[in-house]
Amino acid sequence: MRRPGGAGRLPLLLAVPAVVTVGLVLLPLAYLALRAGTGGSEAWSVLDPGPTARLVLDTALLVAAVVAASVAVALPLAWLVTRTDLPGRRLWAAAAALPLVIPSYVAALALLGALGPRGLLQGLLERVLGVERLPEIYGLSGAVLALTLSTYPYVFLLAAAALRGLDPAQEEAARSLGLSPLASFRRVTLPSLRPALGAGGLLVALYTLSDFGAVSLMQYPALTRAVYLQYQALFNRTPAAVLALVLVALTAVLLVLESRYARRARMLVSGRGTAQPARPVALGRWRWPALAFCSLVLGLFLVLPVGVLVYWAVRVPALGARVDLPWSEVGNSLFGSALAAAVAVVAVLPIAVLAQRYSSRWTRALERLSFTGNALPGIVIALSLVFFAARYGGRIYQTLPLLVFAYVVRFLPQALAATGAALRGVSPRVEEAARGLGRRPAAVLLTVTVPLVRPGILAGAALVFLSAMKELPATLLLRPIGFDTLATEIWSATTVGAYSEAAPAALLLIAVSAPFVYVLAARREAGGFGARVE
Amino acid sequence: MRRILVLLCLVALATAAAAERTLTAESAGEAATLTVYSGREEKFVQPLFDRFTQLTGIELRVRYGDSAELAATIAEEGGNSPADLFFSQDAGALGVLGAEGRLRVLPDRTLARVGRRFRAPGKRWVGTSGRARVVAYNTDALRRDELPRTIWGYTNPRFRGKIGLPPTNASFQAFVTAMRLTAGEDRTRDWLTAIRANQPKLYAKNSQILTALASREIEVGFVNHYYLYQLLEQQPDAPVRNQFFQGRDPGALVNVAGVGIVATTKQGRAAQRLVDFLLGKEAQRYFAQGPGRAEYPLVPGIKPRVGLPGLRNIQGPNVSLGSLGRQLERTLQLLNEVGFTR
Repeated sequence: MRRPGGAGRLPLLLAVPAVVTVGLVLLPLAYLALRAGTGGSEAWSVLDPGPTARLVLDTALLVAAVVAASVAVALPLAWLVTRTDLPGRRLWAAAAALPLVIPSYVAALALLGALGPRGLLQGLLERVLGVERLPEIYGLSGAVLALTLSTYPYVFLLAAAALRGLDPAQEEAARSLGLSPLASFRRVTLPSLRPALGAGGLLVALYTLSDFGAVSLMQYPALTRAVYLQYQALFNRTPAAVLALVLVALTAVLLVLESRYARRARMLVSGRGTAQPARPVALGRWRWPALAFCSLVLGLFLVLPVGVLVYWAVRVPALGARVDLPWSEVGNSLFGSALAAAVAVVAVLPIAVLAQRYSSRWTRALERLSFTGNALPGIVIALSLVFFAARYGGRIYQTLPLLVFAYVVRFLPQALAATGAALRGVSPRVEEAARGLGRRPAAVLLTVTVPLVRPGILAGAALVFLSAMKELPATLLLRPIGFDTLATEIWSATTVGAYSEAAPAALLLIAVSAPFVYVLAARREAGGFGARVE
Repeated sequence: MRRILVLLCLVALATAAAAERTLTAESAGEAATLTVYSGREEKFVQPLFDRFTQLTGIELRVRYGDSAELAATIAEEGGNSPADLFFSQDAGALGVLGAEGRLRVLPDRTLARVGRRFRAPGKRWVGTSGRARVVAYNTDALRRDELPRTIWGYTNPRFRGKIGLPPTNASFQAFVTAMRLTAGEDRTRDWLTAIRANQPKLYAKNSQILTALASREIEVGFVNHYYLYQLLEQQPDAPVRNQFFQGRDPGALVNVAGVGIVATTKQGRAAQRLVDFLLGKEAQRYFAQGPGRAEYPLVPGIKPRVGLPGLRNIQGPNVSLGSLGRQLERTLQLLNEVGFTR
């Protein structure tokens, strides 16, 4: 039987690597479950219902607060830069995406430096006004601030893209039927934005759930931090494994909720209109509050953190300390992340081709299982691999390949989403033609399919590369002896309380990531940031 | 898309350079190499390790981490462990590994160099330097005679909002464990609850507590004694001093950093040399003296830093240091119940 668009039987050439990849992706989760299950009843006592429930609630509260804050910041920004005559809106739009290059732990340490007790702001206020204490930044407020900084650009980019693509005819119709501008925004525009907001919100929520650096620095009792504290402080590791599983369960719940929401939201969006750009709203007097809002957001989320880092980096040598720029850490960061990116794009290709060209229940299941990484925060994968490799890893234990493997498991979904989206854009007829002309399937894959989906593959590689550069907990737990990266360098400066010493490494990390973020954020087609969740 | 391609090419170049460096570095290490798991901070011990390499020609590969974390890693690794030596920040972690037979028995001449109180009864680890629990206080805010004579006195409401402590720090947790073992579970819980009611400020690190003391963000802090000297190194006129406790007060616990040889090592002789080096005059002096350093040397004949009370005068609670590790889990539960680790 021939399937439409397919080439008959499943080619083993694709099926075998795809199954192997998916098996490997599932390994950390499986081993973690095994480990927690065999820990004995004593281990489960860490799951005192009271404290554990509080951890889950605190984590959920953080996620909800960060999502709400991100939308509250990003939606007005997106509307202002796409739909109004805000002065300099191109510039604002470009700047608003920039905080993407600031990982949450860098955001947290810069915010602590600026707004924390005895921070720069307090020092300034003390000199001028004699203020001795600022409101507490540790805890929920600090964690929400740092995480919103690092995540609102996801919502912003998606919402701005959606607003640009929206057919203004519907809003015009609503206005002509007598709705006020505000009511038409609420009843027409906002519902059409639901898919974009849902996707953005999911990215933010997943990022927050798996975040380890910011919650640790801000001392907020989130699950990731609890897992790490257990791992670090106890000789018995089963409690950490059990808590990690709770974290996975919470992430899974989130993914299920989102898929429901997305399905409902899709029904709300009717046919695509003509691509006529909307006429910009004249802000008039409102221009000033709008500009003040943009300045406030970008001042707090971009100028302040980068300013603090630059100040530290410049001031430290003035005190006489010698500053070595961490070049070998830069090399290690690039090396590890580039390997991860290369492995990830090669690994997802068979899965993506199978799911798109040989679509069946099995191949689609394979594809869906490959997204497991989305539900596995870095600390969970690292924990499981530490357990597994220490016992059974033999020579691979404490080597770079193991660290790269962790990156690949974690970030495979990003490569898969980008490649899959690109593949959907290529007609299978081209491949059929090549086969009809006598090419073997393997040759068709390499000489026809791969070149055609190259933009998607490259975008996927860039996404994995970026994420791996920033990844903290997995690097911390799995790196080989002496393999320091920019992320671990920043972290070790914070563990001895020397925040300002992290500045050079943090600035370098931002500098290396920035070009990638710029290129990816500028992409409108499939495979950009918009395609990260599928 | 071309832009991504260019970026990726640049990355590939940088990567190739890094890879070449890594590979050449690896092939160079043919001579004797020991793998050390160090719970002690890199900044603090790396100079000492470098000196050892300089003296003996033995290269050291050092994995840095938290003491408990590294102990658990060694236990987990079993026969697969690459570690030859475990250098721990506290005795509890060593005690756990020793009890599980994951450390070798050390020769008597090594053990005999330090007092009985600071080595394993089962001979599997030995202390290398001592660290006393103290209350550090801001001298502008409080006179010495205003401080309680015992750790139990800090539940006084007069200290409301003025105490700093590090609930996730291993040394603090070891002190709470010692309190549990000597004064009992109930008294400890009452004390913790009363301290919690005094609304202390919680910190992640001892060093942050000292900085907060210097700026009078808090007035007293529960820390190890030597952090004061790190602070004074940076701010010589900081108005902060240590208060030591007397007698069997749990607040006077003297813990040790120590070392043990991992049972599965294939380089017992080289590992033993490193242990002896850490107990030697040079290393003992290094722990005790120098910029920002003030731990207690444990080998007789080496003097502690000027101004410190002698170890003889700090009795501390009557607990076996190695046993503190096994008890840790219960302590963490207690801290969690009372609400310190959230």
